[in-house]
Amino acid sequence: MPRLLRHELLMFEALREGLGEEMERDPNVCVIGEDVGDYGGSYKVTKGFSEKFGSWRVLDTPIAENSFTGMAIGAAMTGLRPVVEGMNMGFLLLAYNQIANNCGMLHYTSGGQFTIPVVIRGPGGVGRQLGAEHSQRLESYFQSVPGLQMVACSTPYNAKGLMKAAIRCENPVILYEHVLLYNLKEKIPDEEYTCCLEEAEMVRPGTDITILTYSRMRYHVTQAAKTLVDRGYDPEIIDIRSLKPFDMYTIGESVKKTHRVLIVEECMRTGGIGASLRSAIMESFWDELDGPIGCLSSQDVPTPYSGPLEELTVVQPHQIVTAVENLCGKK
Amino acid sequence: MALRQAWQKTGKALNRGAIAPAVIAFARPLSTSADPIVLDIPVPFKGHNVEAPSQSVETSAQELVGFFKTMFVMRRMEIAADSLYKSKFIRGFCHLYDGQEAVCVGMEAALNERDCIITAYRDHCTHLGRGGSVLEVFAELMGRKDGCSLGKGGSMHMYNKKGGFYGGNGIVGAQTPLGAGLAFAQKYLKADGVTLAMYGDGAANQGQLFEAMNISALWDLPVIYVCENNHYGMGTAEWRSAKSPEYYKRGDYVPGLKVDGMDCLAVKQAVKFAKEHALKNGPMVLEMDTYRYHGHSMSDPGSTYRTRDEISGVRQERDPIERIRKLLVTHELASVADLKAIEKEAKKEVEDALAKAKESPAPDSEELFSHIYRKSYGSEAYGADRKEVTVKLP
Repeated sequence: MPRLLRHELLMFEALREGLGEEMERDPNVCVIGEDVGDYGGSYKVTKGFSEKFGSWRVLDTPIAENSFTGMAIGAAMTGLRPVVEGMNMGFLLLAYNQIANNCGMLHYTSGGQFTIPVVIRGPGGVGRQLGAEHSQRLESYFQSVPGLQMVACSTPYNAKGLMKAAIRCENPVILYEHVLLYNLKEKIPDEEYTCCLEEAEMVRPGTDITILTYSRMRYHVTQAAKTLVDRGYDPEIIDIRSLKPFDMYTIGESVKKTHRVLIVEECMRTGGIGASLRSAIMESFWDELDGPIGCLSSQDVPTPYSGPLEELTVVQPHQIVTAVENLCGKK
Repeated sequence: MALRQAWQKTGKALNRGAIAPAVIAFARPLSTSADPIVLDIPVPFKGHNVEAPSQSVETSAQELVGFFKTMFVMRRMEIAADSLYKSKFIRGFCHLYDGQEAVCVGMEAALNERDCIITAYRDHCTHLGRGGSVLEVFAELMGRKDGCSLGKGGSMHMYNKKGGFYGGNGIVGAQTPLGAGLAFAQKYLKADGVTLAMYGDGAANQGQLFEAMNISALWDLPVIYVCENNHYGMGTAEWRSAKSPEYYKRGDYVPGLKVDGMDCLAVKQAVKFAKEHALKNGPMVLEMDTYRYHGHSMSDPGSTYRTRDEISGVRQERDPIERIRKLLVTHELASVADLKAIEKEAKKEVEDALAKAKESPAPDSEELFSHIYRKSYGSEAYGADRKEVTVKLP
């Protein structure tokens, strides 16, 4: 069997590749954001695009999130496919009204007349001592908005695939990237591919417990898994990827196999993705569960600047190991 | 020339409300002539960073009769909506446009199907102006299936994609960046049209409006910001909410024009002028000096923050429908009897639409979940629970 051709790149390059391919494929795809053009993007995702596609398709905006997000939504109503970059996802809180009321709801309130094929993307999550306002996790704030789809990428492979799928999707999609994952390296296929927006990714099949995670916490989980395997556990790790809607099929099949669930997320404990996922699983798969669903989330605090304190706010691998041991019993 | 001077005198006199329409009734058939007539706009335009257009506007009998009919239908529709609300057929919020009809009717005379309009929640008549039907409006107001948004939008969310009407927005001012986006798309796609982003004197103080003006001026987007200044943001008069209520000047580097919003012809002239400007040079602000007879919404009597004398004064002296009536009659383009016949026709049209709308059923329960998502790339989205079968990508 011929070996599939692959090339190695970093996560931000994978995002760039996906975005560039879609911009070449469809002239209606454009990028709108701060410093995306001449500067090449603050995380270099659009480096070189301005020269290639022109400054009208890679639009440098003033610092006015509310209006440029609204502008992208208005443009999407006519059939353009803008990709809005929030320099940091936290800044998009300024555009909350546009995202919740206009982006999410226009398809419904217009009785199906308009679709909003906009992609809103940017880095979020807790970084390296960036301070409270630059360490936001917006997935918990937007998850209740009807009409939005939300996906979180975690590897160069799924970053490129999800970016392409999100751009082609007729629904508004929020693509959550993580500040600390941009330099992850991986070999991805040369040929064109997309990832399904609503599907979860099986990271490691197992039998003892289902660990559900997404974005950066996937790596804390895989690290904890090494310790767990040494201690005789067989965890099944699923990167849920689709934060809205949840892939209840993949999750359900796993729960039916292992009967134990642990959710590991970077959202705050209160009102986070884990909170919704926990109640969705309990509602649908109660009979399959042998014990309570565990949920490890970040602490309900503004992210402190000091390094050791910041480490305490997010879930660390040793906490995951302890949680699994508690849920499965000592081996 | 003498005739023109006579018309000018009449126009000035009309403006002072001094002449009663006693001049009538040669038994002349209703004029539907499209021959151009030049009329003067009594209230002068005021320009900001731009030279105002001419006070003389070209129109025709056909156009004026059209204005009269359309505005009359709109007026009847809004009054019918008032009774519907009071008899609880319409619930929630209902913001009526009567008094302001000249703005949307005058605008349409200068626009075509390539232009886009987006406005706030006082949108029933704007929807009509863009090609919607009275039936659609009534049915939507009552939450019925035949409404323009299938009954799911309501008073504040009326849209007409074919007609280039992008809503219908509930949050004050949020439509202005959307308007900049529509104009951005028009420029991107080289669509040769302009966008009219409408807002009120209340929304004129929103930060996002100034953000939108900045980006539209920066990129020369073909957008016209139309401020429908009816002088009251709900219960707050303009002088109590704006340091500078000269809204046409507040775009600063964006040129502006102040227009008598109760005069269809002035609105038509201004929009025609602004459209030419926007297609070449980028955004412009038009402040329409207009007035609403009803309160802010049906829950607001409208008389706690303004006097009844003020309301009836405007109705007497500046009513847009009466102005057109006087023009038609004085220039002998229509007789009083003709206009009465048009009114009767319009009343019937509205009544018929209302009766039909009342028969329209409520939406089916399945409609609760339709139009949340559109079919996404290669798979269906179902919400928090998914069906057993996964759908594979092609």
